Amino acid sequence: FLICVAIRANYPLYIRSVPTQGELKFHYTVHTSLDVVEEKISGVGKALADQRELYLGLLYPTEDYKVYGYVTNSKVKFVIVVDSSNTSLRDNEIRSMFRKLHNSFTDVMCNPFYNPGDPIQSKAFDSIVSTMMVQAC
Amino acid sequence: MESLTLSDFEQKYYSELFLSCDVDNTKKVASNGKVLDLFRAAQLSPEVVHQITELCGATRLGHFGRSQFYIALKLIALAQSGLPLRVESLNSVRDLPLPRFVMGKNEQETRHTIMFADAENQGPYLPRPPGRVQAKKVSAHEMIQPCVPTVDPQPDTTSPVVSPHQSPPTSPHAWRKHKRQASGGNVDRQPSVPGVVWPPFREAQPGPVTGEGMWSAHSPPPVQESWVSFTDTPPSSTLPMHPPSAQPESTTVRTVPSAMTANEIQRQTSGYDDPWKITDEQRQYYINQFKTIQADLTGLIPGSAAKEFFTKSKLPILELSHIWELSDFDKDGALTLDEFCAAFHLVVARKNGYDLPEKLPESLMPKLIDLDDSAGVPEPAPEVGFSASPVEVTPNKSPSMPSLNQNWPELNQSNEQWETFSERSSSSQTLTQFDSNIAPADPDTAIVHPVPIRMTPSKIHMQEMELKRTGSDHTHPTSPLMAKPPELSDESKLAATIKFPGTTVGDGYSSSDSFTSDQEPISSAVNRQRSHSGTSPEGLKVVAPPTPPPRPQHTHSRSSSLDMNRNFAAVPAGPQQPGVVAFPPAVPPRPLPTQTSVPHGHRSVEVDGLPAHTSTSPQQMPEQPNFADFSQFQAFAVDQPADDGEKPSDSGQAERCAETAGTMRTAKNDVQSEERNATTVNSAKVSTPLAPPPKPVRRRLKSEDELRPDVEDLPQKSNVIATVLATQPSIPRSIGKDKKAIQASIRRNKETNTVLARLNSELQQQLKDLLEERISLEVQLEQLRPFSHL
Repeated sequence: FLICVAIRANYPLYIRSVPTQGELKFHYTVHTSLDVVEEKISGVGKALADQRELYLGLLYPTEDYKVYGYVTNSKVKFVIVVDSSNTSLRDNEIRSMFRKLHNSFTDVMCNPFYNPGDPIQSKAFDSIVSTMMVQAC
Repeated sequence: MESLTLSDFEQKYYSELFLSCDVDNTKKVASNGKVLDLFRAAQLSPEVVHQITELCGATRLGHFGRSQFYIALKLIALAQSGLPLRVESLNSVRDLPLPRFVMGKNEQETRHTIMFADAENQGPYLPRPPGRVQAKKVSAHEMIQPCVPTVDPQPDTTSPVVSPHQSPPTSPHAWRKHKRQASGGNVDRQPSVPGVVWPPFREAQPGPVTGEGMWSAHSPPPVQESWVSFTDTPPSSTLPMHPPSAQPESTTVRTVPSAMTANEIQRQTSGYDDPWKITDEQRQYYINQFKTIQADLTGLIPGSAAKEFFTKSKLPILELSHIWELSDFDKDGALTLDEFCAAFHLVVARKNGYDLPEKLPESLMPKLIDLDDSAGVPEPAPEVGFSASPVEVTPNKSPSMPSLNQNWPELNQSNEQWETFSERSSSSQTLTQFDSNIAPADPDTAIVHPVPIRMTPSKIHMQEMELKRTGSDHTHPTSPLMAKPPELSDESKLAATIKFPGTTVGDGYSSSDSFTSDQEPISSAVNRQRSHSGTSPEGLKVVAPPTPPPRPQHTHSRSSSLDMNRNFAAVPAGPQQPGVVAFPPAVPPRPLPTQTSVPHGHRSVEVDGLPAHTSTSPQQMPEQPNFADFSQFQAFAVDQPADDGEKPSDSGQAERCAETAGTMRTAKNDVQSEERNATTVNSAKVSTPLAPPPKPVRRRLKSEDELRPDVEDLPQKSNVIATVLATQPSIPRSIGKDKKAIQASIRRNKETNTVLARLNSELQQQLKDLLEERISLEVQLEQLRPFSHL
């Protein structure tokens, strides 16, 4: 299971999960993870250029899944939730995923018809996310 | 059924299909079975098929006639394009892609497409840039090779559908359709595809095979999508291969490759996709539009400008966003000329009802400027290259190979370019930092509500007006009344019964009385006071009888001017009365009766009052002269008269006191007589001033006019006053002199009247100014007050 979220100002612009069922649970997870992300951001003043943050802390004993966070320079947060069963996913892969997400996101932003704050409806973005998730799963 | 207008291609295609369905060879009726199979091959839902059959009237007829068949085919095309099934849309939708039938027909179609690929619009559609298809390239290569061997074999399998008759245009559309449908195709399927492709090819002959080869060559590049479609085909494929039918087309095929090779790069890719081809006129139009935004054709259109421009097309923002994503190739947020043309073309297509492709059609691909020309060109052309090469290969294998090889490097390059480009875009760069400072509402920019402030406080204004009015009431009748309460008091007291407010002029009276030691001046003063108080006319009237003859008329101005100072100093005497009469317009009536009564009734009192008045008057006169002095300073800018006024006033005062004291008793009678005289004189004078009498204003004006010359005379006045004062004591002694004295006093009084009036007006003005200042200050205070409370 995999879910990718793009959040801007604590409002999700884009949520995509591979298994579409149980999405609500993922929503909740993402929301709770936002707090931790904020905490990490505010804490480290110099590491704003930190491309990615590995967040393994959020592990529920029952349903262990990892939540990864990533913050862009414009305070747009990306969250990826993966099942812990997906042990195949390495850190580098996560990083690359985030990088792809970021690039796609910048492409979306470049679109003058896209107003920041709108939900992302770009098909290109969707396709990229889909391919990424397919690869991950 | 409406008449159906078919394009040539449609005509051909439909006829072929009909023939294919026309198993019975009746040439008129297509069997239902075949038709239904055909329709199923269109990959439409059963209900749609049913709807189509209904629409075309086949259900009515029970079979498919040619027209019904054609209509049905057109409807299928509509349905496949995603447009609603309407009878009227049969003819309305122009450039409708030909209906696509997946089953088996595909291959034939595609083959024939290739065969019939002509410069215009056909040409196998190479959907995908080879860039990403390095692997595909290989596979394509593989395919091409097997393509060759498969050329010979077997046109055995033939689909029930009349594929050979299929006109070329169908395949491209089918292609595209397949591409669209295949969204999740994997590269993994590639190998299968060739397998898929090849069987149909087998049956083909060189002609068709070439097309197929091309087609197959194309298919790998098209990536997954086409793969998927192709995978669908083989299982179900009873591939329509009509070698005989194919054969006649082979000739065309042969011609086609040449055409294709000739035009390969642009025509093919652009040629395939009818909607996506940019004609020259279109391109020119786009270029012109580009120029309107950006004069430099090699420059970029910024995103915002492009957004405005394309928003004008009134497409939904989502679609515009999608178009942008498609067209902004280098993802820089700006459009080059090619990108712009592509975007514009997409907008045009969309407005004409075409769906937006998922990916940018090759014909619209902007040429990467930074690439080599060879690489850049093949950008749209890699598929072209693909298409071209196999085409070339198959007909004559040897020449095709070199061309193929030529294309490969190009493709390689373009692939590399693609790769590098993609890498470039995806390389993690140092991102600029943005502070997402959502600036909160600046508290400093607190909006301060404008506090409504009455700029013209009505109350104050009203008060002022009232004051003015009251003042005017008082002053008009007795002009200097307001500003000169002492005077007023004098006047009021002079009137004895003075009903005027502010009568506190006992001293003045006394002084005036004293001053009016010579009856004339006294009386004149009294009268003058009265006049000031506004009682003059009536008083004059009352006093009229005893007034002296109007002799001193001509001497008014002079005398009055001369007498002014004297009168000032000496207290308004008889002449005052006329002067009084003249000066105060409004007040006259009131004090008159009292005045009249007073003098008549209480002579003694008056006398007392008179002396008092006179006493007061001189006292107040000095004050007034002081006022007058200052005002004269201001108004006349004459210092001397003021000083002179003061001096004589002082002297006059003293004299008056003395005079009053001395003439108190004697003055009684004399006063009376003098009064009479004075009154007469005054009346005389009054009569003269009565010339403009009914309007005391005139008098005042006149007096003011007199005052003007008086200004000059003021210095003289002082002397005169002094002289008058000097002569005053002697005046009452001689009646003859009394007359003169009276006259003089009258004049003096007049002068004093005028001066006082002047003073009054000036003081009034000062009062006004002060009031205005006060108002403004109050306003400011009010303005400041709310702030102070904050």
